[in-house]
Amino acid sequence: MFANGPAFRLLPRLDQDNEFFWTGGKDGTLRFLRCQACRQFVHPPTPRCPACLSADVAPEPVSGHGTVHSFTVNHQQWIPGSDPYVIGLVSIDEQPDIRLMTNLVDCDPDGTLIGAPVEVAFEENDDVFLPLFRPRSDAGSATAGPEEAS
Amino acid sequence: MSAGPPLERQAAITGIGQSDVGRRLGRTDLDLTLDACLEAISDAGLTRDDIDGLATYPGAGTGMAGFSGPGTPEVQDALRLRLNWHHGGSEGPAQIQAVIAACLAVGAGLARHVLVYRTVTESTAQGEGGRQGIGGSGGGSGGVPRFSGFLQWSLPFGAVSAVNWIALVAQRRVHEFGLTGEQLGQIAVNGRRNAGRNPKAIYRDAMTLDDYLAARMISTPLRLFDCDAPCDGSTAVVVSHADYAPDAPRPACHVNAVGTALRGRPSWDQFDDMTTMAARDAAASMWERTDLRPADVDTAQLYDGFSILTMVWLEALGFCGRGESGPFVEGGSRIALDGALPLNTAGGQLSAGRLHGFGLLHEACVQLRGEGGDRQMPGRHEVAVVANGGGPIAGSMLLTRGSG
Repeated sequence: MFANGPAFRLLPRLDQDNEFFWTGGKDGTLRFLRCQACRQFVHPPTPRCPACLSADVAPEPVSGHGTVHSFTVNHQQWIPGSDPYVIGLVSIDEQPDIRLMTNLVDCDPDGTLIGAPVEVAFEENDDVFLPLFRPRSDAGSATAGPEEAS
Repeated sequence: MSAGPPLERQAAITGIGQSDVGRRLGRTDLDLTLDACLEAISDAGLTRDDIDGLATYPGAGTGMAGFSGPGTPEVQDALRLRLNWHHGGSEGPAQIQAVIAACLAVGAGLARHVLVYRTVTESTAQGEGGRQGIGGSGGGSGGVPRFSGFLQWSLPFGAVSAVNWIALVAQRRVHEFGLTGEQLGQIAVNGRRNAGRNPKAIYRDAMTLDDYLAARMISTPLRLFDCDAPCDGSTAVVVSHADYAPDAPRPACHVNAVGTALRGRPSWDQFDDMTTMAARDAAASMWERTDLRPADVDTAQLYDGFSILTMVWLEALGFCGRGESGPFVEGGSRIALDGALPLNTAGGQLSAGRLHGFGLLHEACVQLRGEGGDRQMPGRHEVAVVANGGGPIAGSMLLTRGSG
């Protein structure tokens, strides 16, 4: 019923700050920059931790688990040939104030979607691995909370 | 706040002007701009020789075709202005930042009469080349551009328009506050009703709530008439030192306070509260600079690039509590021309055309001066608030009517 995304993917331009993020899906792992001093995750990537201003920031893996904070079903043909697709805003479980705009796949965009647990599912496009999210396969079972990776 | 009244209170809007407004007028941006500017200068009882300051938003060459209008050098030269101060730029407290900058320049004594304009020719630009894409650069295969900055986080997922980013705010409000389409639709229906009394408006035919709800979805929960109408047009004002106000031929609109704050993250998607936006901070900072309160405001001219932005501004400015704008506008009577808070009385951008914030400023002055004609609000018209911007972009201004 809903496409996984637009008919054509516009892609990020890779640079030394963002390459780890956009190519991390190669091994199936979502990564964020993390401050090695105060352990804060940093997004979008910046050269210093915005919390403690340490320059010691490095990519670290996260679980790939998140929660749907909001969504919208796009119907407008910005990109010709696109079927309706679901744009999501996903909070990352390890640090919910970090959010990713994404496409939500294999889901029903109804009143229950906000708050739903989701997991990353990468889609390869050229050299870029886009982090899409789908309903969590183990949703409903007790899982570690946001403190898991802290 | 430091001792003494805020600097912007030394400024007053003494003249207003507006070009023809319409779809695909086929005229250049400079042509429209000069119409608006000359009208504003004359309206202020001045000649171009009196103008010693010039400002615009956003300045030449910014954004997509038809977006920026002419830059200040072009307008200065066309009018052969001799300037003591000039300014153009896109980063700051929304479109109205150009007016705010003019107020500060006047307060600082850098200029006495500042001409400020905003011009769009987006409708003609679309007619010539179709809807423009968002620009990117280099790095892709097959000549397809790639994207940096904020756009890299949204475009890959087909979130290519501000309506998509704003829809995430709207949907979150559906979830947290129970916002309904019937409530949201009141912004569009109210605008259309008012546009029917504005001869320059783009859409003037009556629209019912059913019409609104029947229109196609753009990005849920936002429908076609939740989105503003691109147009061609230019708006100009003259910001003078307030001591000129008694000599101005029309009642001056005194600047009481401006709202400029951005305390949350400057981001469409990382803002701390996704039910609101930078509007929250700009509005708060405006009220910190005045003894006037929301209850003193007679009319609100609030940005409606998308209807949901107006809802956010209503709450940000304190006309109702957080999450309460849905019930506040429900039924539409409170925000109607004869309601307790007449809103977007010229039709707003949704129906009168996307004059990009300055149309709202112009209308605030029209109402304060009592020159609205068929659409003049009944009753007291002493205080107006103007708000511009959405997402991480927000600026506001409180205006009071002078004697005269």
